[in-house]
Amino acid sequence: MTSGRPGPAGPPQSSVVTDRPVPSPRPRLLDPLLRTVGVLPFVLFTVLFLILPTLYIVLGAFQTNEGTWTFGNILALNTPSIRNAYWVSIKVSVASALLGCLIGFAMAAAVVLGGTPRWIRSPLLTFSGVASNFAGVPLAFAFIATVGPAGLITLGLRDAFGINLRAYGFNIISTWGLILTYLFFQIPLMILIITPALDGLKREWREAATVLGATGAQYWRMVALPILFPSLLGTFALLFANAFGAVATAIALTGSSLNIAPILLFAQIRGDVLGNPHLGYALATGMIVITAVANTVYIVLRARSERWLK
Amino acid sequence: MKALAWTAIVLGMLYFILPLLGMAEFSLSMRRGVYSLDAYASVLSDPQFQRTFGFSVAMAVFTIVFGVLLVVPTAYWVRLRLPWIRPYIEFITLLPLVIPAIVIVFGYIRLYNTSSWLPLTGTPMGTNVLLMFGYATLALPYMYRAVDTGLRTIDIGTLTEAAQSLGAGWGTILFRAILPNVLVAVLSGAFLTFAIVIGEFTMAALLDRPAFGPYMQSLGANRAYEPAALAVIAFAITWACMGLIQLVTRLQKHTRAHA
Repeated sequence: MTSGRPGPAGPPQSSVVTDRPVPSPRPRLLDPLLRTVGVLPFVLFTVLFLILPTLYIVLGAFQTNEGTWTFGNILALNTPSIRNAYWVSIKVSVASALLGCLIGFAMAAAVVLGGTPRWIRSPLLTFSGVASNFAGVPLAFAFIATVGPAGLITLGLRDAFGINLRAYGFNIISTWGLILTYLFFQIPLMILIITPALDGLKREWREAATVLGATGAQYWRMVALPILFPSLLGTFALLFANAFGAVATAIALTGSSLNIAPILLFAQIRGDVLGNPHLGYALATGMIVITAVANTVYIVLRARSERWLK
Repeated sequence: MKALAWTAIVLGMLYFILPLLGMAEFSLSMRRGVYSLDAYASVLSDPQFQRTFGFSVAMAVFTIVFGVLLVVPTAYWVRLRLPWIRPYIEFITLLPLVIPAIVIVFGYIRLYNTSSWLPLTGTPMGTNVLLMFGYATLALPYMYRAVDTGLRTIDIGTLTEAAQSLGAGWGTILFRAILPNVLVAVLSGAFLTFAIVIGEFTMAALLDRPAFGPYMQSLGANRAYEPAALAVIAFAITWACMGLIQLVTRLQKHTRAHA
């Protein structure tokens, strides 16, 4: 900031001569330009360490090695290997988000509306707060110790019932293994978000529906679900983005044997496995686009759902 | 209806408890035939564990201090003087949820490498600083929201004027009038930041720093029982952080009620 002069909307510099004292309760010396200096450190930080790095990647995705503009990198993403990586990622994210929403909704509804004792609610929410933050490497370890080759459930089923999970085609290093593991943070996140929404369903709506002769199913189909729908869909989008960006859990669980977008990008950053840095930028940009779309859906729908659920 | 509700709760809890049980059981099974704490002893006595854990704790502390110094004055100033800018600031603070961490760190590596204008990755110290900035970015959505919510509950305009009329400067206002009033919010943000930073893997691994997350991952690839012990420790830390958040929030309600 170089400006010492008052901004266009600054206070008048010439003092007006009047015979009666002008009431000026507080000195407001800061002109608008100077005020913005207060957020300068924040702006500087986010520009340098959030916006510029992202822009660098996104712009790089549209440039050649020589620096000319091109769509070639984006089009070059269309190889079987990269397409497959995105596709598996999307499948895992959709499945874990969908199951997370369903199971989380069932549990939240059981607590809020199902007539279970009230003391369950608070521990469940606390536990959800913990579990939704228990992700990454340790989460993968917990599932390897449980359904991995020597895990508690694997051995338990084998010894007690003679069931061999592997023979049934279950393997922790697979898309289903990944989905099963991701649910550990997806379900709690759903519970945390949807519980307040379920609390917002007013008892009067249910009573009004009943008085008008609606059955329970009709109430849900025609009143409650339409009101909850933006929340549900929005949370689904959030969970999708949450799973799509999860790198650590996937790497710790599968090493690098599973070809999904974040793992491919990780390998690309480490060692340029695609053999073209700009293809790496394009891969990263594709990830941003997908999570950005999902998050935009979430934010828009959350604003919509707040219309009813205040 | 009630039976259905119970089924949902019980099945759900089963899903959550079994992996925790599995990891606890596995972590105790290092010695053949009996339960023992051997895996924990092995992990805790590993100098590599001590070094990486210490590194990540230090990282978390620096991130928290930096985050508080960045977020509290900004959120305060925005609420006090620049309310029109708030939606924009809020939008920026949400961006780290939209842009995957792996993409942000990818940008760091390209933007701040040895041949750039700000060669942070050239020295270990510089890389540490860069990693800390990265963590502060990851924590930004949580920290900003916590502090901003805290500020909403107090009348910062009156507090500021009262402090000013007693002759306080901006530093005094921020650290002796505002900060104590949003301390609970700041602490909530701080504990959450701690939980995020302590086990973070992607950024630390790609910046090649000796942090706890990459250490856990390498141990997972090479050992059998120790990773489960690490998972138990990490779970305990997460639980402690969330417990502390609940505790400070409850303490505040208590003091407010009696005030």
